[in-house]
Amino acid sequence: MERSIRVDRLWSWRSFFFQWEWLLVVIFIAVNIVNSTLSSYYFNVDQFLSTPMTFLDKAFLVLPMTMVIILGNIDISVGSTVALSAVIMAVAYNAGLPMVLAVLLCLLVATACGWINGMLMTRFKELSSVIVTLATMIIYRGIAYVILQDQAAGKFPTWYSALGWGAVGKVPIILIAFAVCAVIFWILLHKTSFGRKIYGMGSNLTASRYSGVKTDSIILIVSVLTGLMAGVTALFLTSRMGSTRPNVAQGYELDVIAMVVLGGVSTSGGKGRLAGPLLSIFIIGFLYYGLGLVNIQAQTLLIIVGLLLIISVLVLNVRFRERFQGSVPSAAREAAERRPDGKTP
Amino acid sequence: MRRSASFSESFREVGLLVFIVIICAIFQLRNHNFLTLTNIRDLLTNTAILSILSVGMMMVILTRGIDLSVGATIALAGMISALTVNAFRSISPIVSILEGMAVGTVAGVLIGVLIARFNVLPIIATLGFMNIIRGLTYVVSKGAWVSAYQMSDGFKHIATGNILGVSNPIIIAVVINAAFFYFINHMKTGRQIYAVGSNPEAADISGIPRRRIILLVYTVMGALAGLGGVIWVAKFASAQSDTATGFELSVIAATVLGGVSIAGGSGKVSGLILGTILLGILNNALPLINVSPFWQQAIQGIVILAAVLTNVLVKRNNQRFALRRRAI
Repeated sequence: MERSIRVDRLWSWRSFFFQWEWLLVVIFIAVNIVNSTLSSYYFNVDQFLSTPMTFLDKAFLVLPMTMVIILGNIDISVGSTVALSAVIMAVAYNAGLPMVLAVLLCLLVATACGWINGMLMTRFKELSSVIVTLATMIIYRGIAYVILQDQAAGKFPTWYSALGWGAVGKVPIILIAFAVCAVIFWILLHKTSFGRKIYGMGSNLTASRYSGVKTDSIILIVSVLTGLMAGVTALFLTSRMGSTRPNVAQGYELDVIAMVVLGGVSTSGGKGRLAGPLLSIFIIGFLYYGLGLVNIQAQTLLIIVGLLLIISVLVLNVRFRERFQGSVPSAAREAAERRPDGKTP
Repeated sequence: MRRSASFSESFREVGLLVFIVIICAIFQLRNHNFLTLTNIRDLLTNTAILSILSVGMMMVILTRGIDLSVGATIALAGMISALTVNAFRSISPIVSILEGMAVGTVAGVLIGVLIARFNVLPIIATLGFMNIIRGLTYVVSKGAWVSAYQMSDGFKHIATGNILGVSNPIIIAVVINAAFFYFINHMKTGRQIYAVGSNPEAADISGIPRRRIILLVYTVMGALAGLGGVIWVAKFASAQSDTATGFELSVIAATVLGGVSIAGGSGKVSGLILGTILLGILNNALPLINVSPFWQQAIQGIVILAAVLTNVLVKRNNQRFALRRRAI
């Protein structure tokens, strides 16, 4: 987990198996065993390939959200960005814009939403990302309501619904698209200097700035990427639903943040890998699917995902505290845990 | 420095007051029924719950925290007290209020322990609990409503009754604001809340029980949300699982509009009350001048953004002013 000093640590079997990701693998297997006892039709390849279609739309948001949280920030406006871009796309299409252009418009609107978040965060550094994205969350959703009121818009062409429902062979298109995005984000985060800078900024923003990292442009790029992926989510979501309303994607921010945190990414920034959140997407997705099999209501799912979020944060916090206990006096340690610019993360 | 700071703070309150007057004038011009005694009383009654909760939210934000769970707590506390009234009709309204506050307090303590003891970020802890509490409300009510005929008159009287023509919610809100004013300005613990928010390390080193203060703040927030829940359900005479969805955003908007800094440690009760009244006007009076209710959310968001950006700009200006004075 300590990305910053991993480089000079020797590889050993012990450290290899003492990783958060292995715990996630165990949980994933456990979820699937439980699911398979619930339904005898559960265990077959078709099922395994088609189930992800039901939950992968929000998974696109997990990729940039991992970056946001490693930066020590948070973004709760993603659900509203999805709603706004979907609504604008649907309204533009219904007004006569060709579907291809409407799709581009959707991505453009979502990217613009992310860019606005980024500009606000970099121009007004005194403000925490919590309050900036809280405000834009309400504004984006509010604009969606102003545009569409309580109507629905849609009736997309048939080829468009293939995006969400179609498959190449037996592999759903959404799964392929997600795999491509995941690889791109993995390379960005783990194999480029851009990714290293994100980790650096997450563990010490001031130090990064003084060592010449263009912190503002990195925050801006991450925000724009978040917006772009929200647009992609909107595409797949509307394609699966066939129409859109201003209240779509409500509560996505909770699911997405829960997935990232369950994946072992520390909310104090600078720690965590993309592999964890990728695993937890499938854990939470298959968990939802299994609970759906036994007819658990959506409202009970709220409790479960809330508990998952709280418990995984608790476990991570306790784990990190044990590791650092004793070596640093408590007040100083907590000061170090906080963001160096004096803001609470 | 000190003088310029206090000048700009009172400037904010004067600004809010002027804005309230202007907006009232505009509303009155568009609709002559706006500034009637009945309408003002309705408006204040509707704002009372917002005002009760914004007191708690001010304390939370003073400690650099945020609480997104209050809407859900309102729903759960309201639902449980309504279900109890439905089961035991002769129950006293005071017991209902205490019951709602107890439910809220439990939620608040749990959130507070997570944040104070286990260093969970306020946004994460309250986002998680928002969903847990909302889910519990559905589970407790099994998705059903508690309607007016299932509630005793005494229970509904909590919100509809009045003393000397002033409705109960307004009286409760005024009492809570007055108590809060004394607590935050003249009591040791109240001042310690400011200290924890403006510099946690310094608070630690000077022996302020920082964790206990944070726990206290979220507990009080929970209790007030519970109280608000009982009043809410009594007022609308209906308890639903989706009561007060998104109400936390109104509360946060009112608080930051009142000049409580999101960075913690600064904010005044007078500003808070003005901010709450302004947001109450925006929330309740827009339909009177034929603004579509669908605009309400966007307006609220813009208000929050404008308020926090103004805070930042005023603060920057102050600092520049202070630097210039020092240079001379």
